[in-house]
Amino acid sequence: MDIKEITILGGIGKNGEKELLDTVSLKMGDVISIVGPTGSGKTALINDIELFANRNTPSKRKILINGTLPPDEFTTDPSKNPIALITQHTNFLSDLPVHQFLTIHAKIRGAGRSETIVNETLEFANQLTGEPINEHCAMTELSGGQTRSLLIADAVIIGNSPIILLDEIENAGIHRTKAIELLKQYKKIFIFVTHDPRIALLSDFRVCMKNGSMQSLIVTDREEKKAAEEIKKLDDLMLEFRTAIRAGGHITFKGLEERLKALGYVV
Amino acid sequence: MKVIVCAGPPTSGKTTVLKQVSKILKEKGHRLAYLKIDVQFANEDILFKKEFDIPTKKVYSGDLCPDHCNVVVLGDAIKWAAEEKADILIVETAGLCLRCSPYIERSLGIVVLEATSGMNLPRKIGPMLTLADVAVVTKIDLVSQAEREVFRANVNEAAKHVAVVETDALHGINIGHLVTRIERTQDISAPLLLRGNPPVGTCTICVGKKEIGKEAHFGVLRTLETDIFYRGE
Ligand SMILES: Nc1nc2c(ncn2[C@@H]2O[C@H](COP(=O)(O)OP(=O)(O)OP(=O)(O)O)[C@@H](O)[C@H]2O)c(=O)[nH]1
Ligand SMILES: Nc1ncnc2c1ncn2[C@@H]1O[C@H](COP(=O)(O)OP(=O)(O)OP(=O)(O)O)[C@@H](O)[C@H]1O
Ligand SMILES: [Mg+2]
Ligand SMILES: [Mg+2]
Ligand SMILES: [Zn+2]
Repeated sequence: MDIKEITILGGIGKNGEKELLDTVSLKMGDVISIVGPTGSGKTALINDIELFANRNTPSKRKILINGTLPPDEFTTDPSKNPIALITQHTNFLSDLPVHQFLTIHAKIRGAGRSETIVNETLEFANQLTGEPINEHCAMTELSGGQTRSLLIADAVIIGNSPIILLDEIENAGIHRTKAIELLKQYKKIFIFVTHDPRIALLSDFRVCMKNGSMQSLIVTDREEKKAAEEIKKLDDLMLEFRTAIRAGGHITFKGLEERLKALGYVV
Repeated sequence: MKVIVCAGPPTSGKTTVLKQVSKILKEKGHRLAYLKIDVQFANEDILFKKEFDIPTKKVYSGDLCPDHCNVVVLGDAIKWAAEEKADILIVETAGLCLRCSPYIERSLGIVVLEATSGMNLPRKIGPMLTLADVAVVTKIDLVSQAEREVFRANVNEAAKHVAVVETDALHGINIGHLVTRIERTQDISAPLLLRGNPPVGTCTICVGKKEIGKEAHFGVLRTLETDIFYRGE
């Protein structure tokens, strides 16, 4: 099935009151963010999408694909499921070796030539991790960041899913800017749950959550896009420091001063 | 009256699933009765009585195999539920033997498996899965989608004709599909027969002989190297 659009029909918030937004539509190629305080229901919202909720989850939301109810095969046959969800708490429980697990998953997903697909997946994942994944080690031995990287790669390459939901990509210590750069090469619907201003401002629009309910839809306008350029520089600077500290370096005040000045800030 | 037999390993989420199911069935106006069969401890009867105000009972199988116990008591339980004017009898059982099935003909057999329980579980539990009508996979909120898909494929591979319902039972996700299956189940009728073929032989271990080694036992035996053979009259 060719995915053109996904629609979220609003339900109720945690207090049982009707959600302020009653329809949110995402078109193929859209990148959107979901923002809001912790506990505000961001994860619950993407879970609803992934489950093709039909007024049967606590939020009573309903999900439409191309304007109609999604076919049963989306949930009964993994190879037909257009959605990949990378959850917030990812821990593998299977002690299968990485390579074997990916091979099985590729087969289930009907991804074709499993050997090349699996290698491609590992290659993608390794661009996001600090230390490369050993394909012979058990899935349970992977670090949090490696796990997350592998799941993203699995969703994009093996799943080849047209709709990708990512819960707090920034949290696992992977190269998130690299991840987004890589992801944006693919034409898909991306939904990022995030607390990170840089990611939020990268999206076409964002849904703001409060108390379990979709409160508002904010389009990233010209002004925000301009501000985003500056935020990007500051964020890169932070990443530089992070890299330095990770590599065992030492941070000096003078170094910080120079970098800020180079960006055009007075210290 | 419809009979629902729900089996699954300990703490797989049977009670949590059945509570979500009962809530919806009650709202739809069904009259439920609930029976729990467990080895040595259970409090679900009190729980269901309190939460849903329905007739409940529990049976400890004690020294009997829970599946065996199931066979022995289910006839009485169906009479009891009918006297209580229930239209659906829900039976929760530990189903520990893994060689026989706890399901009876014309009941709805539900097996509950945790997505967190390891990729090979579906291959290990035999008739409890293969003779079920529906496999409910719980705790999907705790695993990645990729693992969930592989687990589901393993269930399908071990039991092709069993329908799979994946759920986060704490939040009642997808329970509606299970309720639909329950409502479509036919009424129970005589003769009451266990599904599938139970394992052959009555074993001396089950009846309490504790000595290790084939010399001490009768019936169907084997050595480490040979296939099974029979000793006795
Ligand atoms: N996260 C999560 N927890 C669950 C889910 N289903 C059940 N649980 C939890 O798992 C534990 C065991 O659930 P029960 O429903 O009591 O399991 P059971 O199969 O009835 O257990 P016994 O009758 O004792 O064999 C409880 O703490 C439940 O809250 C689920 O889908 N997700
Ligand atoms: N509309 C709703 N109706 C009922 N319960 C809800 C609703 N939305 C969220 N909840 C419940 O509120 C709790 C917190 O929600 P959730 O985990 O989605 O928060 P979050 O925004 O992802 O938080 P964090 O930033 O900490 O990850 C969950 O138990 C969830 O099931
Ligand atoms: Mg969350
Ligand atoms: Mg129980
Ligand atoms: Zn038995």
